Amino acid sequence: MRNTIVSVISIILGLIAGGLLMLFIGASPIEGYTYLFQGALKNISRIGDTLATATPLIFTGLAVAFAFRTGLFNIGAAGQMLIGGLCATAVALTFDLSRPILILVMILAGIVGGGLWAFIPGYFKARFNVHEVVSTIMMNWIAYWTVYYVVPGYFKGEFLETESRKLAEESTLRTPWLTEMFQGSYINLGLFFAVIAVIIIAFIINKTTLGFELKAVGFNRHAAEYAGMKVNRNIILSMLISGALAGLGGVALYTGNASSMQIGILPSQGYDGIAVALLGANSPIGVFFAALLFGILYSGTGFMNAMIEIPPELANTIIAIIIYFAATSVMIHRLLNKFRKTRSNANDVNGPVGKKGEA
Amino acid sequence: MWTIIEQIFPYAIVFTIPLLITALGGLFSERSGIVNIGLEGLMISGAFASALTVNFLQDKMQGSTILWIGLLVAVVVGILFSLLHAFASINLSADQVISGTAINMIAMALTVFLARNITGSGNIRITSGFTPFDVPVLSQIPIIGDLLFTKTYATTWFILVVLLVSAFILNKTKFGLRLKSCGEFPQAAQAAGINVVRIRYIGVMISGALSGLGGAIIILTYAGEFTGSVSGLGFLALASLIFGQWRPLGILGATLFFGFASTIANVSQVIPELAVIPPIILKIFPYVVTLIALVIFSKSSQAPKAAGEPFDPGKR
Repeated sequence: MRNTIVSVISIILGLIAGGLLMLFIGASPIEGYTYLFQGALKNISRIGDTLATATPLIFTGLAVAFAFRTGLFNIGAAGQMLIGGLCATAVALTFDLSRPILILVMILAGIVGGGLWAFIPGYFKARFNVHEVVSTIMMNWIAYWTVYYVVPGYFKGEFLETESRKLAEESTLRTPWLTEMFQGSYINLGLFFAVIAVIIIAFIINKTTLGFELKAVGFNRHAAEYAGMKVNRNIILSMLISGALAGLGGVALYTGNASSMQIGILPSQGYDGIAVALLGANSPIGVFFAALLFGILYSGTGFMNAMIEIPPELANTIIAIIIYFAATSVMIHRLLNKFRKTRSNANDVNGPVGKKGEA
Repeated sequence: MWTIIEQIFPYAIVFTIPLLITALGGLFSERSGIVNIGLEGLMISGAFASALTVNFLQDKMQGSTILWIGLLVAVVVGILFSLLHAFASINLSADQVISGTAINMIAMALTVFLARNITGSGNIRITSGFTPFDVPVLSQIPIIGDLLFTKTYATTWFILVVLLVSAFILNKTKFGLRLKSCGEFPQAAQAAGINVVRIRYIGVMISGALSGLGGAIIILTYAGEFTGSVSGLGFLALASLIFGQWRPLGILGATLFFGFASTIANVSQVIPELAVIPPIILKIFPYVVTLIALVIFSKSSQAPKAAGEPFDPGKR
């Protein structure tokens, strides 16, 4: 509850800061936000796009949040997404399987690719105490260059060197019934997998021994060790699961929202996952709603940009500011405490005195 | 082979310098006890500030003065921007990694937002930056002259002076020793009468100043245009800091390594001897070596002991 209040206050502060920025460049915040929310939610097709935009963010948010619970900071979701997406794309372009089996194999490939990419930093952390922040950043760049050379080398597009061949419609996560239901939106099966992932991760964290041990390692590594938990194994496992989730995010992004891979880009969703996790207070449900909010901001911003002269980077700026406020939540906590104290003081003056006679 | 080295050397140095100065900034911050993962964002803010300043002044003034003004503005903007991180991690005990990530995100988004509003395209171009020159007399020295004193930039020498001064300050002055004590055992420093909060603020602000300088040098030497990113050089600087074991000379070595590795990867296709190596190997080489180095060094890590921990005066 407390965390929710902090998140909501951070969001409000972020939106206010965004409004001030609009004023600063001479635009009307009310008009700007009206167009932004219209662009994200005006009709069924736009709502579908918003949900699709949120899908990879749900995965990367879950990935970062899950690692956070074990006290690990997985800043490498971008690289894990790239490798997960690359594996799934490779499967889709190589094998000629019936659709359900192909989708299943693609997803498995994404899980394995992303998981492997996070296993290496996880192993280094557990075995050699290498700080995961730096090692995952290095893995991001290794993934970046891997895609940079593997895509043109083996899956070159028909016209462009800089992107992979397009997947056939039946090899993507898009399905006709969903596309029709949302009137041509690029919403896809990824959203369903994301919701399933939210449920499974919530279950693992809250109901299983594994989840308990992971949280224990996150709270106090030494105490967990003393209690007989296999701390090193848990660190590796946590990174593995985190990477698998990010890899799935890559599958959703590159074979669902898009149908080809471009080279030379680290997906920004990887870094946004940190923001999503933080705003969602590292709980799977919180991650889900935070990702939806970011989906609205991102998908509405194009419409806003088209209607009124506000650069589309506004969405990123608002999100960044929200994260700053969420990171400095101590400030908000202090204010809440002060507020609560003055209220309970007021109660002390009136409440007990009045009740004395009754007792 | 020798001609290749001769050709590569100046480019590698040019690439090394922004990395070096940014990592040096990170050193001051981490030595004072504040992990600064926002180096990338601070570099971007410096790059943006210098590009904007030079773009604005280049029609009104002549000569290289405007470039130095650009550097100065980048330093000021870097300091101001780093205060966000200092305030969050010192006064509010925020998680320093998350605060640094927020710094990166704000810088990446806000600078492009403003650039797009100013120029319409999100890019800011400058017509002329620093021009490389041959140092008179010294460039005539055999071997060394060709490697070190030809096609150099004024900023290169300036940054090397900053490096020397920094090493001196950190290791030989009262301020430097106090700064390091705040990163090792802040409670003891506090007990000895050192104002930990103030020292840490100064540490973070120095990192902002030097990172801003690093970002500006990229624009004013080899890039010539602000595009909203410094392509991960801030993170590479962070890796250099760890690779260099939190020591000025170690950082110099680590950044030179990255400078050379990247330059070799970039020019490999035009040099027959290197073209036989698959480019992907050359590109990932620096990152793989960093990972290996981390594995080797992490056993005997020289990291400041209190880095990343919020300062709690009551802790023993």
